[in-house]
Amino acid sequence: MSKEPIRAGEIVVFNVDGREIPIVHRVIKVHEHEDGEVDVLTKGDNNFGDDRLLYAQGQMWLQRHHIMGRAVGFLPYVGWVTIIMTEQPIIKYILIGALGLLVITSKE
Amino acid sequence: MHSFSYRANALLTFSLTILALMCAMASLTDNFNSPSPTATVQILNVNRFQKRSNGDDEVAITLNISADLQSLFTWNTKQVFVFLAAEYTTPKNTLNQVSLWDRIIPTKEEAKFSVKPKNKYKFIDQGSNLRGRDFNMTLHWHVMPKTGKMFADKLVLPGFRLPESYSYR
Repeated sequence: MSKEPIRAGEIVVFNVDGREIPIVHRVIKVHEHEDGEVDVLTKGDNNFGDDRLLYAQGQMWLQRHHIMGRAVGFLPYVGWVTIIMTEQPIIKYILIGALGLLVITSKE
Repeated sequence: MHSFSYRANALLTFSLTILALMCAMASLTDNFNSPSPTATVQILNVNRFQKRSNGDDEVAITLNISADLQSLFTWNTKQVFVFLAAEYTTPKNTLNQVSLWDRIIPTKEEAKFSVKPKNKYKFIDQGSNLRGRDFNMTLHWHVMPKTGKMFADKLVLPGFRLPESYSYR
């Protein structure tokens, strides 16, 4: 993740304590302190309310250490590969099996 | 060397590579677009300016936002996300950016608009530093492509100032 400061409008990837799946939402509020520490509030664009309901109990802001990265672009449908392999693990095994078979039966 | 699995593998790899190349080229065309967006923002009224129970200042305002963002749209544009943020400095914080209003613009036709909304998100300071505070209104736009690189820019509109004292009307 770049060392650039976090600014309103950026789409960031963050983890909430206790939740295993990271969330990718837009920063709507930034309060940067003198020491460089920053308080950030995020919200999904099409959601009605901000993400405070998703944060940990009593947590009102995200800090720099919660944020793992930011979104810079889109690759359509690529995410489906991960989703399908997570929801139907058998596909993961078939894929690895097929690749393994290909390697083994290679004549070179 | 000519088995079905080899041919299927070669075909799949080739088609995925071509697909990736096409996505990259589509994204590249966005660089040739030189957009010329325009916007004006006014504060029509300060509806409420009070100190919250925890000591933080809060302002509620009605805005007048007019903009023409049609030149941002290209054939590779899925939608444009636009938001208006108040940006200011206080003795406590070196930078505060508070989004007051936003909208998803799905088509070029809807990118030319004029609205008079109340602030969608609460304008709350960390502390009590808003009385007489000078601030900028920045209109940000984020162009979300159908594929490829997202680009964003903003228009800084300086010269706004909050009232010297609390009010409610």
